[in-house]
Amino acid sequence: MASIDIQGVRKSYGTVPVLHNVDLSIQDGEFVVLVGPSGCGKSTLLRMVAGLEGITSGAIRIGERVVNELAPKDRDIAMVFQSYALYPHMTVRDNMNYSLRLRRTPAERMAHVVSAAASKLGLDTFLDRKPRTLSGGQRQRVAMGRSIVRQPQAFLFDEPLSNLDARLREQMRVEIKKLHRDLGTTSIYVTHDQVEAMTLADRIVAMNGGVVQQVGTPLDLYERPTNLFVAGFIGSPAINIINAVLRHDGEQRLIALESGERIPAPPRVGGHDGQAVKVGIRPEDVQISAQAEGDFAGHVELVEPMGLGTIVHLGTAHHALKAFVVERVNYPVGTNIAYRLPASKLHIFDAKTGQRLPE
Amino acid sequence: MTSSARSTSHWLLHYGLLAFYVAFALFPLYWLLKVSVTPNDLLYSEGIRLWPSRSSLAHYTFVLAHSDFPLFFKNSVIVSGSTAVLVTLIAALSGYAMSRFDFRGKMWLVGLMLITQMFPLVMLVAPIFKLFSPLGLTNSLTGLVIVYTAFNVPFATFLMQSFFDGIPKDLEEAAMIDGASRFRAFRQIILPLTLPGVAATLGFVFTAAWSELLFALMLVSKADASTFPVGLLGFVSKFSVDFGQMMAAGVLALIPACLFFLLIQRYLVQGLTAGAVKG
Ligand SMILES: Nc1ncnc2c1ncn2[C@@H]1O[C@H](COP(=O)(O)OP(=O)(O)OP(=O)(O)O)[C@@H](O)[C@H]1O
Ligand SMILES: [Mg+2]
Repeated sequence: MASIDIQGVRKSYGTVPVLHNVDLSIQDGEFVVLVGPSGCGKSTLLRMVAGLEGITSGAIRIGERVVNELAPKDRDIAMVFQSYALYPHMTVRDNMNYSLRLRRTPAERMAHVVSAAASKLGLDTFLDRKPRTLSGGQRQRVAMGRSIVRQPQAFLFDEPLSNLDARLREQMRVEIKKLHRDLGTTSIYVTHDQVEAMTLADRIVAMNGGVVQQVGTPLDLYERPTNLFVAGFIGSPAINIINAVLRHDGEQRLIALESGERIPAPPRVGGHDGQAVKVGIRPEDVQISAQAEGDFAGHVELVEPMGLGTIVHLGTAHHALKAFVVERVNYPVGTNIAYRLPASKLHIFDAKTGQRLPE
Repeated sequence: MTSSARSTSHWLLHYGLLAFYVAFALFPLYWLLKVSVTPNDLLYSEGIRLWPSRSSLAHYTFVLAHSDFPLFFKNSVIVSGSTAVLVTLIAALSGYAMSRFDFRGKMWLVGLMLITQMFPLVMLVAPIFKLFSPLGLTNSLTGLVIVYTAFNVPFATFLMQSFFDGIPKDLEEAAMIDGASRFRAFRQIILPLTLPGVAATLGFVFTAAWSELLFALMLVSKADASTFPVGLLGFVSKFSVDFGQMMAAGVLALIPACLFFLLIQRYLVQGLTAGAVKG
């Protein structure tokens, strides 16, 4: 096991920059998830750690070693591909064996390690089958098995679950988490699924357009998103964003929503009088009531029951708003609803830069 | 029309067309065989019949025992076999490079390789003869192998490249991460999956070299380095054509090609990559 240190790393294809100055320190044993929309450079960064892509500038260290010029085979890392990349002409056993055979592991030890990994992943009965005879979920397990037999310095995962159906994905997510708990191997996990990111990560790295936006624990990113992108990307249903202007009225600090309504600003928020801002509030923080107990009035436009709770889409004079409530409400469309936006739950971002206002 | 009657008539049409095509394509071969077993005295006297009233293997005996044909055969096998192996080896490596690497001048190289395929080969006979003769490569099997290899590599490279393109890059990347060098990944993971492509390339080049006449005729003037297509011409004399013997030799010439395809046909079957990646 080892730490991974990424310093000032850039990547360009020809003259097209894809990664801009990425800095990231991953501790020994940590599980780090890279998330971001398609094309933001997650895979590229992961593949640079693996040695499958050259590094345009900067340095990557695995343990104490700078690996910039090291071939993938000498980096002692394992990788699970989105496509699984199983060797089709080899049995499951030989797929899992392959790395050990290349390292001239004694046959006895190899058999032991493989059968241990197979039983851990529930693959015992498939060892002599070819990959094409396996289901997607089973192939996924073989791909995992191929990585864990090696006891590498680090695991790299590139969207390993995105080809599975929702139920299986959930199940494998738990297994990956357990595996990490048992093995404690440093892991980098790429996904664009923010639920996977939230549930698996010790720390999340949110990326957009080749730039790291925020690094922190899942709850850090959820509760204190550093900019509009992170606020919008993390969380489902997505955060509400409302245009507004900051108003300093003597001692009192207010936010004037685009609708003209005024609400108290969160305590300690910075910014200046007249500053254009965007106000974010998560759907579960919007308080609604059909008894007209709220600051503002709106009406129901749509109700989405989710089982776990209900998403209520509100229409107001000036903006749309989603509220998430745990109760099973079933308001008819058009019902008048009062809502409240609690000051302590507001996220205030500068309208121009999209950055969170200092506090 | 009921649906079962419809599907029966579809079936009939389908297989009828196939049968017609097969008969059309194989008829010359049948005729080859027929003439080769027809005794000389019946060849012109019997008119057109599907099978002679009396058949004999006399032409075969003559060709095998009293002509240079066994030698021509041996030469053809050597030349075609070495050309096929050599070209496939080179094309596998260059096709892989074309499929996987971006390098400076790649476009130019592709263009150049295409250009070599555009010339009528006749234009090149004289310059190649000029080049080869001081090197002692005329009247030699080696010379033929060199020429055939040179002319077949471009197309074979494109052929192999398309097979490599069909194999996901993830596979060799996984192997490289598992601890293999690129060359080992190529040998142990990619090449076994490209066997259908290798077989197709071997087959294609072998047949091309096996039936090549122009260079075989122009670069070789002595019998001991002649290949069988040149030998076939020997049956055309100034005054007559010995059809029976020529056809017998032709049938014999089919045998190595058939054996060769029998050997590789197992690999020509596609679908080896199924299960490599999702899908
Ligand atoms: N070989 C290449 N040549 C040129 N551009 C490339 C190459 N590979 C990737 N890119 C570009 O680099 C950017 C980042 O690609 P990357 O595969 O890292 O995205 P990603 O974040 O993994 O996206 P996804 O979620 O869709 O997998 C993309 O804009 C892509 O077009
Ligand atoms: Mg990707």
